[in-house]
Amino acid sequence: MKGFDVTVKDVSRAYGAFKALDNVSIEIKKGEFFSLLGPSGCGKTTLLRIIAGFDSPDVGSVLLDGRNIIPLPPDKRQVNTVFQNYALFPHLSVYENVAFPLRLKHIPETKLDTKVRDYLHLVQLDAHLDKKPSMLSGGQKQRVAIARALINEPNVLLLDEPLSALDAKLRQNLLVELDHLHDQIGITFIYVTHDQSEALSVSDRIAVMNQGVVLQVGSPYEIYESPATDFVARFIGETNLFPAVVTKCEAYDKYFMTTLEIPELQAEIKVTDYDELKQGQQVSFTVRPEKLKITGHKPSRVGKDINLFSGVVEEPIYSGFQTKYYVRLDNGTVVKVQMQHTNYMDEGPDIEWKDQVYVSWSAEDGYIVEVIDK
Amino acid sequence: MTTSTKPPQREEQHKAVKLFPSRLVTAPKGVQGPYKTPRNHVFRDHRKFGFSNIMLVLVVLFLFTPLFVVVGYSFNATKGMRWAGLSLVWYEKLLFGSAELWRAFGNSLLIAISSSMVATFLGSMAAVGIKWYKFKARTYIQITSFLPMVLPEVIIGISMLIFFTAVKIPLGMFSIFVAHTTFNLPFVFLLVSARLEEFDFSIIEAARDLGATERQTLLKVIIPSIMPGVTSGFLMAVTMSLEDFVITFFVSGPGSTTLPLYVYSMIRYGVSPVINALSFVLILGIMLMALSFRRFLKTIAASS
Ligand SMILES: Nc1ncnc2c1ncn2[C@@H]1O[C@H](COP(=O)(O)OP(=O)(O)OP(=O)(O)O)[C@@H](O)[C@H]1O
Ligand SMILES: [Mg+2]
Repeated sequence: MKGFDVTVKDVSRAYGAFKALDNVSIEIKKGEFFSLLGPSGCGKTTLLRIIAGFDSPDVGSVLLDGRNIIPLPPDKRQVNTVFQNYALFPHLSVYENVAFPLRLKHIPETKLDTKVRDYLHLVQLDAHLDKKPSMLSGGQKQRVAIARALINEPNVLLLDEPLSALDAKLRQNLLVELDHLHDQIGITFIYVTHDQSEALSVSDRIAVMNQGVVLQVGSPYEIYESPATDFVARFIGETNLFPAVVTKCEAYDKYFMTTLEIPELQAEIKVTDYDELKQGQQVSFTVRPEKLKITGHKPSRVGKDINLFSGVVEEPIYSGFQTKYYVRLDNGTVVKVQMQHTNYMDEGPDIEWKDQVYVSWSAEDGYIVEVIDK
Repeated sequence: MTTSTKPPQREEQHKAVKLFPSRLVTAPKGVQGPYKTPRNHVFRDHRKFGFSNIMLVLVVLFLFTPLFVVVGYSFNATKGMRWAGLSLVWYEKLLFGSAELWRAFGNSLLIAISSSMVATFLGSMAAVGIKWYKFKARTYIQITSFLPMVLPEVIIGISMLIFFTAVKIPLGMFSIFVAHTTFNLPFVFLLVSARLEEFDFSIIEAARDLGATERQTLLKVIIPSIMPGVTSGFLMAVTMSLEDFVITFFVSGPGSTTLPLYVYSMIRYGVSPVINALSFVLILGIMLMALSFRRFLKTIAASS
């Protein structure tokens, strides 16, 4: 594996009284595609700028391959950045933009030429060498920015929302290209985004941030399937989230069967969890819409760890591969249910508006998440 | 996908989309098959002999007839308005018998280039300073720097004259140079400011990120990227300085006659056809310059 590992240790950065980063620690492994994910203004760019050297933390350190790089100026760090707005040099052609880092090092002309052409080929821009940045489309600009950042052969590539200015379709294509590029070059990528689907689809691991704090670090699967806090659950994907109180917690050999009292549902539900919780503890309960089952008739056999509610379809939203139902339960609360249409010959989505339905899920599909105010 | 269990209105939509892909939907009744929207009639109008074309021709005639007359008469064999046959006498006289005219032309060039260079330097620095640094007198300087642009030239000329006399600077090449630098400054300032307005600060960080030191960043990124503004400021200043009459008239002294002043003094004794010849030479020269700058201006446009 090429690239360096990056360790962010206890980094804080305040602007006046406002804490943009609050005691952030992250360990990023060699060659990893690591994403920083969080809503706008949560401190992602600030952290990236500290790693790149444009800003310095009030306290804490950043280690690159074990060496503290905080004292180094940006031009002495083996880190290159793809900026949020590309930051191409407007007076230079595509070719010269990419050649810029090599010209600074006085690389001989022939060597420079092959290398620049190689990198422009890598990002599929061979046909646009002589264009000025202002003549390029957004996606092309972004690729020039990537080629320019890669030509120095950095050990870490920082990408600050490089796709945010592009339309959805192009974003998908470039994201796949980016992932492909990462596989080819093998260096560490630190990718900043506020788009959860982007982060989920390409990252090896993700750090979810909010208000200057890292809430959870884990693989996309972990982050999606077992969010650590209610913010993470809400921010990643769609979910049904309710405040709850623990009423009972029985130990089984591998897990705890927990019973939660949920005021909004006016009911008790069952959920499995790996931690023992105290009776009366305030938590949040979350279950993803696709984990809920919707049926037109009452399920004949209801196991003891199945949670079952009845209600009325308030709004079916058909989108081809799936239908999303907003179901108003008998107790007045609306839950989201998603149903995949995997095979038409199966029982089709004959559930329609105003139908009486039953919504159920198994205890293993729900999650208990921590409530913190970030 | 499937249709049988979907609500009926969805089926209808399906059919509609299949019959008429959305961009062809505008097909009028009765038209079968792919349908092209007709060309917009508004754009066809200019091919006809319409109002706008007549206006265009009139305006062009109005602007260029005097020039054609001047050029025509420069080839006239005699003085005066009577046509006496083709001849190059006035060109001969212009080239070999007008030492004073060429001296005035030299003065003009010298002042234009020197004052424009100084004005460009000062104006660019001022623009950069006012854009990038915050200090108290900022708005005050910004406003006063536009004064020379809006004040009538006569007033500037007179006040300069009073100023030079008061501080005992002799009127001559130097005083003209100072005056031209002053009235050129705001134009350069304005053009460079406009360029800085769209300056993207993150390219400074990008340069540092890619391994440039602070010095290299200044020389290879910051200066080149505001260069188009600086160059157009310089060209503007040269033009304004070359053609200025009023202010120069007030602050010139013996031996510092510029081309506009000289031409004016010639005209006072009746229009000499040498001026016609000179006009044609200047028109040719300017056209050549404009053509060669076209490429340059295009690159400016492309990079801004
Ligand atoms: N120079 C500054 N002075 C004061 N506050 C700042 C400064 N730079 C950033 N901030 C604040 O720090 C917080 C984090 O900013 P940052 O740019 O890191 O957000 P971000 O996560 O990158 O957001 P986005 O997704 O919108 O780019 C914001 O609330 C911002 O207002
Ligand atoms: Mg940002």
